[in-house]
Amino acid sequence: MRLRWLVPTLYILFLMLPIYWLVSMSFKTTNEILGGLTLWPKNFTLDNYITILTQPVWYNGYINSIIYVCMNTAISVTAALPAAYAFSRFRFLGDKHLFFWLLTNRMAPPAVFALPFFQLYSAINLFDTHIAVALAHTLFNIPLAVWILEGFMSGVPKQLDETAYVDGYGFWRFFVKIFLPTIRSGVGVAAFFCFMFSWVELLLAKTLTAVAAKPIAATMTRTASSSGFELGLLAAAGALTIIPGAVVIYFVRNYIAKGFSLGRV
Amino acid sequence: MNEKAPYQKGWIFVIPVVALVAFNAVIPLMTVVNYSVQETFGNNIFFFEGIKWFQAVLTSDRFHAALGRQLAFTATILAIELPLGVAIALAMPRKGPWLSVCLVLMALPLLIPWNVVGAMWNIFALPDIGLLGKTLNNLSINYNYTQQPAAAWVTLIAMDVWHWTSLVVLLAFAGLSSIPDAYYQAAKIDGASPYAVFRYIQLPKMRRVLTIAVLLRFMDSFMIYTEPFVLTGGGPGNATTLLSIDLVKVALGQFDLGPAAAMSIIYFLIVLLVSWVFYTVMTRKEEA
Repeated sequence: MRLRWLVPTLYILFLMLPIYWLVSMSFKTTNEILGGLTLWPKNFTLDNYITILTQPVWYNGYINSIIYVCMNTAISVTAALPAAYAFSRFRFLGDKHLFFWLLTNRMAPPAVFALPFFQLYSAINLFDTHIAVALAHTLFNIPLAVWILEGFMSGVPKQLDETAYVDGYGFWRFFVKIFLPTIRSGVGVAAFFCFMFSWVELLLAKTLTAVAAKPIAATMTRTASSSGFELGLLAAAGALTIIPGAVVIYFVRNYIAKGFSLGRV
Repeated sequence: MNEKAPYQKGWIFVIPVVALVAFNAVIPLMTVVNYSVQETFGNNIFFFEGIKWFQAVLTSDRFHAALGRQLAFTATILAIELPLGVAIALAMPRKGPWLSVCLVLMALPLLIPWNVVGAMWNIFALPDIGLLGKTLNNLSINYNYTQQPAAAWVTLIAMDVWHWTSLVVLLAFAGLSSIPDAYYQAAKIDGASPYAVFRYIQLPKMRRVLTIAVLLRFMDSFMIYTEPFVLTGGGPGNATTLLSIDLVKVALGQFDLGPAAAMSIIYFLIVLLVSWVFYTVMTRKEEA
């Protein structure tokens, strides 16, 4: 068993290879990329990154993505908190069916909903706004947030609630002052997963936006088709999309594993 | 687990969630159902057609082929990612700085937008300028995923393994880290073999998280669209046209709303049915 460390090491190497390739391409000129295989950028250039950080078409994509992802995370977690509390503490008519119905919405293929979503959000005049994408993404993020939070809340003994009530706390005061701090790592994990799934989703985000709220991922696909193959530029844009996720994951690294082990199902 | 008190006002707590999800789920779903039973010749004029589209979809060879490819894809990636993920989780350090390094690096692929994953592998595997494709060809392996269906499949599966095995690793690791040290000490005193430790301690403790892993990987791989679309576009020919790619081709490419809607509903029902079976099996295990 002394060679055990080889397994994760090899796996991480396998994971890093395509990422290394992407990052190395982002420092090459498009000509060098098309010219053949070079393991290391021969003519090291920062032009690709400069283009992205100075042209509004590009950097607005990042801003749009981050705006709707944050809005979605806030909405999903806020709405999921009371619901998860109810599922973890009370029995009420249809609670189990409701829980399963919520989960079924994670099973709906986004490809199915693309067209009706476009019509729905056009009809209520929200097409091409950040809030439209944020609301649409609650479809799969709310069930997930409820699921994760419910797991964390079930792990908190009920005596905590009862003691607080005996001490004269009202429900909301107890919930905000005592309960939320107790499950803050759960809130962190739920927020992380909402952030992650909203950040990586493209199909709905692309369907619901045109110009004003266009996500970075859509900017990439549309630029790829309109201006030929600017591979270096695309690689740089791709490399930059990894950063927000990497930052977020660094903060919650110790809770990720926990988030699922405590989950109910 | 806490004893739950009967409290009908619990409904008040779930109203925001139900309202949001219903708005996003029920209205679009009804739109799809509506389309699935009608025929249109444009100009917003619709005719009721009953179950014609459902019959057409269920008997079409094209749908059967796409469904077959979808099932083959899902079965293959489950067969690879689950054992691989468990093996990696077992070999990971239990604590210390290396654990954090492992977790952060392994989670990276999960956080890359799906079309970037597709584009990345598209270029990575190109036979003339991509690192993977060029290296394979230099080793005199004839590999060109834009021409050879088999190579396209291998690339697609390699991409999915690259993208999602980490999720299984994280889940399996979560299950493993919930085992108290006392269990291992007891096994050591009994002189249990590593296999026995795995079979009788680790596997049972991981069972619940592994069922979540199967469920999540099943649902997500069955609904996969963006990555294969960007990687191969469903080609060469129709070799990698999975269900969702076929669906979008019908819905947006040919604008056949009726058949596309009928297909969506059948598709959704398949995912729902399989997930429901998983769900009931899991909850029964929990009660037992």
